[in-house]
Amino acid sequence: MPKITLIEFSGQDHTIDAEAGKSLMQNAIDNGVPGIDADCGGACACGTCHCFVSEDWLAATGEADAMEEAMLGMRPDRADNSRLACQIEVSDELDGLVVNLPEFQM
Amino acid sequence: MNQAIELPDPNSIPLEQIDVSDGRIYQQDAWRPFFARLREEAPVHYCADSAFGPFWSVTRFEDIVAVDTNHEVFSSEPAIVIGDMTEEMEVEMFIAMDPPKHDVQRRAAQPVVAPQNLAQMESLIRSRVCAILDNLPVGETFNWVDEVSINLTTQMLATLFDFPFEERSKLTYWSDVAAGSPEIAGGDVDQEERIPALMECLETFNRIWHERKGRDEGFDLITLLQRDPHTADLPDRPMEFLGNLMLLIVGGNDTTRNSITGGVLALNQNPAEYDKLRSDHGLIPGMVSEIIRWQTPLMHMRRTAKQDVELRGQQIKQGDKVVMWYLSGNRDESAIENADDFIIDRANPRHHVSFGFGIHRCMGNRLGEMQLRILWEEIMRRFSFVEVVGEPERVRSNFVRGYTNLPVKLHAL
Ligand code: HEM
Ligand code: FES
Repeated sequence: MPKITLIEFSGQDHTIDAEAGKSLMQNAIDNGVPGIDADCGGACACGTCHCFVSEDWLAATGEADAMEEAMLGMRPDRADNSRLACQIEVSDELDGLVVNLPEFQM
Repeated sequence: MNQAIELPDPNSIPLEQIDVSDGRIYQQDAWRPFFARLREEAPVHYCADSAFGPFWSVTRFEDIVAVDTNHEVFSSEPAIVIGDMTEEMEVEMFIAMDPPKHDVQRRAAQPVVAPQNLAQMESLIRSRVCAILDNLPVGETFNWVDEVSINLTTQMLATLFDFPFEERSKLTYWSDVAAGSPEIAGGDVDQEERIPALMECLETFNRIWHERKGRDEGFDLITLLQRDPHTADLPDRPMEFLGNLMLLIVGGNDTTRNSITGGVLALNQNPAEYDKLRSDHGLIPGMVSEIIRWQTPLMHMRRTAKQDVELRGQQIKQGDKVVMWYLSGNRDESAIENADDFIIDRANPRHHVSFGFGIHRCMGNRLGEMQLRILWEEIMRRFSFVEVVGEPERVRSNFVRGYTNLPVKLHAL
């Protein structure tokens, strides 16, 4: 089981035993990590699973497709390492992944 | 109004004769069997003949998400309601624009309603909520819509724009005029009234804009638009300026107003839920989402197909109107358990379509939720029961699902 660390805006961190094959968003929700709303349930349609992938992991987590890009474009706090957690599929290769959560989801 | 004209029975007429654009269906609260049949028998349904011309109806949750997120094929131009706008005065709102124009304008306006900003507004909004609630008569019958829903929503709008407080009723008037044109709300505002009203709105905001220029504190909408380089010269493009203002005024007006009324009605129709709330005020945030789902303040959004496209086996042609019925998506059992029931402690209350999805997803969603949360926190501190004591009167519209009257009586704690 890949271990993934999510850091809330307050600095509080949560290391979870993630399940490969599921999205990062789903893993965070299943483990009760606060700070991800996921209003649309993972359809890349709401933008409320916004997260920031740490620099070292950008390559391994892949790139946002056009729809994800469009949704990210609407976030006022969008950064270069912004991703939607529902569009990152967890695999064993992501063991050790660290992501930061934003101050708010909207 | 028009109660005498009977609606057709949705279960006995031929499928192709079903026309859900008739505002009386919602005025009479008769929509449930219409959409139940469409979801079941024709989830992508063509109405060849309506007062607004032919249109497709998309009624299942999953299909609504698919259309809403496919802005390449389903355009928001020229209009996002079933009826086309009249062209005498085209106000440019980004809700009815496609990328890239939409994205630029939305990005400029969005920070205004970001949660950081909202946190700064919370105490002001709360004090206004308290003042309104403290002045309500206990034990007397009054119209909740006028005294609370409209009053409160108007004050919230004034707060958002830092609009001269004594003149705030103008905001509601402009919103009603802009949104109440017959083609949108099925209301009776005509062009003769509409154009001068919108001109007055533009002039007023031009004046405020110039008065406020150079002021560097403040987090109101005008100040934020002035600070952003993309919008700092907005008044030079009057129709766009007016469009952005109207969108924020209209967007936050009918929607919040009718959610405030809808919540009271829903709790009265479901006394066991009201009891749950009385014993645990911690349920308020989830209940707010459930109220917004149950009410579905905007019943539809329309798109126009930019190319021929197939959806659930139906051939949609370029130029066809495609209407996403959020009201129906929110009652779709395949996406939401016990979708017809009002349940304030649902497992996943934010999973609804009332705010739409995709790049046009409601920009004010967290603001709307916050307003309702504060209101219910303060109601529960004061009253044991907001009792509905008469029949609600509803708006005749196929777009805004709303109320004009809800008689209530307050019971002290
Ligand atoms: C319960 C309250 C509200 C409901 C149900 C609601 C509903 C909606 C819906 C259905 C859309 C279109 C979504 C789509 O096409 O996919 C929308 C867009 C929008 N709403 Fe709201 N709204 C609410 C409150 C507000 C408030 C308080 C504001 C004030 C700032 C607001 C501002 C907007 C704006 C600016 C848009 C256009 C977004 C775009 O086109 O990118 N809304 N809203
Ligand atoms: S959960 Fe909605 S975009 Fe990721």
